[in-house]
Formats: sequence, C-alpha cells, structure tokens
Amino acid sequence: MANLKEIRNRIVSVNSTKQITSAMKMVSAAKLRKAQDAVVQMRPYSNKMQEIISNISAGLDSMDGAFSDQRTVENVLIVGITSNRGLCGGFNNNVIKSAIKLAETTYKDSNVTVLPIGKKFKDAVKKTSFSLSPIFKADTEKIWDDLTFENTSIIAEEIMNLFIERKVDKVVLVYNQFKNAAVQILQNEQFLPVLPPEVNETSSSNTVDYIYEPEKKAILDELIPKSLKTQLFKALLDSMASEHGARMTAMHKATDNATDLINDLKLVYNKARQASITNEILEIVAGAESLK
Amino acid sequence: MHLEIITPEKSIFKGKIDSAIFPGTEGSFGVLPNHSPIISTLKKGDISVIDENKKSNLFAINGGVVEVSNNKIIVLAE
Repeated sequence: MANLKEIRNRIVSVNSTKQITSAMKMVSAAKLRKAQDAVVQMRPYSNKMQEIISNISAGLDSMDGAFSDQRTVENVLIVGITSNRGLCGGFNNNVIKSAIKLAETTYKDSNVTVLPIGKKFKDAVKKTSFSLSPIFKADTEKIWDDLTFENTSIIAEEIMNLFIERKVDKVVLVYNQFKNAAVQILQNEQFLPVLPPEVNETSSSNTVDYIYEPEKKAILDELIPKSLKTQLFKALLDSMASEHGARMTAMHKATDNATDLINDLKLVYNKARQASITNEILEIVAGAESLK
Repeated sequence: MHLEIITPEKSIFKGKIDSAIFPGTEGSFGVLPNHSPIISTLKKGDISVIDENKKSNLFAINGGVVEVSNNKIIVLAE
C-alpha cells in the first residue's frame, strides 16, 4: 500500500495538470470561433473569384497563362502547413508524415524541396534529408501571429516567382482542411501549375454576355495570381481553424483523463486512509485489552 | 442597384446604391442602374459610391475586379 502522503501529492499534481489542460481547451475554443469566422468571411470572396474565372475561361479555348504551364516535373516544391505549437494531437504529425510520403513515393524521381510554414514542420524537415527551399525565411513562422491576406500574398508571390523562373515545375500544398472541431481532413492540393477550372454546365447555360475590360486574356492574367493568393490564404485559414479544433479536442480528452485519474487516486487514497485508521483502532483496542 | 464590396478578410460594403464610379485599369468608369453586364479589373484608387440618400462615400482599394450584371455589382477588392 502506497503511503498517504505520496498519493496526496499525486492528486495535487494531477489536479494542477487538469487545470492547465482545461484552460488550454477554453482558450482554443475561443480561438477556434475566431478562426472559423475568418474562414466563413473569406468564402464569398473565393467563390466569386472562382465563378468569374470559370466564366471567363469558358469563353477562351485554352488556358495558356504563365501559371498553367504544364512542364515535365523535375523540381517539386512541397509546402507543408503546420502550427508553431504542439499539444494538438496528430495534427502536425499527419502533415509531416504525408509530406514525407509524398516526397518518397509520388515524387521520388524528382528533386524535392520543402517550404515549411509553421515551426513544427520546419523542425521535422531538419531531421530529414530534404532541402529547404531557398525562399524560406524564418518569418514564415510568424505568419501565425498575424494571419492577413497581405502577409499571405508575400509568400504566394515568392512561390509564383519560383515557378515563373522555372526553378520549380510543380508546387503542392499539404495541410489540414477544417471540417469541424473534431475532424480535420488532410489535403494534398496542387498549387501550381494551375489546373483548368471545371466548366460547370449549369452555370454556363445562363451566362450573361459580359463586356470585358480589358480583354478576357488580360483579365485572366491578372485574376489568376489573385486566385492563387486566395487559395493559399484559404489553406492557411483552414489550417489555423483545424489547429485550434485539434487542440481543443486533444485538451478535452486530456481533461477527461485527468478527471478519471483523480477519481481512481482518491479511491486508493481513501482506502489507504481507512486501512490506517482501522490499524490504529486495532492497536488501541489491543493495548487496552492487555492492560486489564 | 445593389453593391457589394468584399475583400478576402471581410465584407466592407453591402447595400443599395444610386451610382458608383470605379477606377478601371483602362480608365475610370461610372455605373448607373441598368448598366450592361461588364467584368473589369480595377487599379489602385478610390471607388466613389452615391447611396440612395445622395450621400457619397469613398472606398480606397488596392486593385481588384468588378462584375456588374442585372443591377448587381460585386467588387472583389484587395
């Protein structure tokens, strides 16, 4: 039987851990709300953008912009989006594993460079043999402190430049897509070259005869970089919402486990306490008996 | 006429208006009710909006694209 003081100390320590996890859960829940709002806010923008692009490209025969250039894939850039902090279940590990698998299977014949966004992926990459992308700067971590469209644009533009300069032939995003607080869907998404938009039959039947100013091609050339920035921004927002969702779930489980543990420990503690009291009474009774 | 100005982060303006002037890449142009459908890119500048009470509002944008169809104007701004 463990001694009473030991058990009491353990209960106290588990209790304070529980307080921390439940506070973290609360914080994540609040941040999740904010992140979710941001995802919802940007949806009309990206939907409209897609609509206009598919509207314009439906009238064009080919999509031969600088960003839709399909080349033989020699150099691949994998953009892995993770968080800066841990304690969120399998959230980061899923991205890391999937990115490594992608590099070792699908793109094993090509030259893979990695652009990590978020500290966790960067740390993981350091342990592997993959080379960091030349455009990588330490401040890709800082994007999580201030996730705005402007900051995202800077990264997106650098990736686009790499593609234009033919330093990479294909760019893939690996990130967690937000489904709900408990579920994240791991996504491997092709970023560049741009895939031709799916022509939606229902929408093309009621297309209006637009005046285009400037001509279609020029509009498209301007819109595609914007839509790429939007795509990266969406991936980042999704990843942020997923991170908080994953952390909330993980912390919820941790709090539950701590509660169970405390209950078990209390039972053991009370048993030990009772046993020692019984022992004492026995001793007293035995002592009194012998004095008669 | 209905106008919506949206950015990737939030919606800036939503409501009924009388007319609006946009800084198009090929020169600024005004839109009055029943304007024919148009898609145009915008350059850096101000969107000037006259609302139903004849009050004018200015929105500074950093480029974007505007779509006008069926008395509905949607601006994707940056």
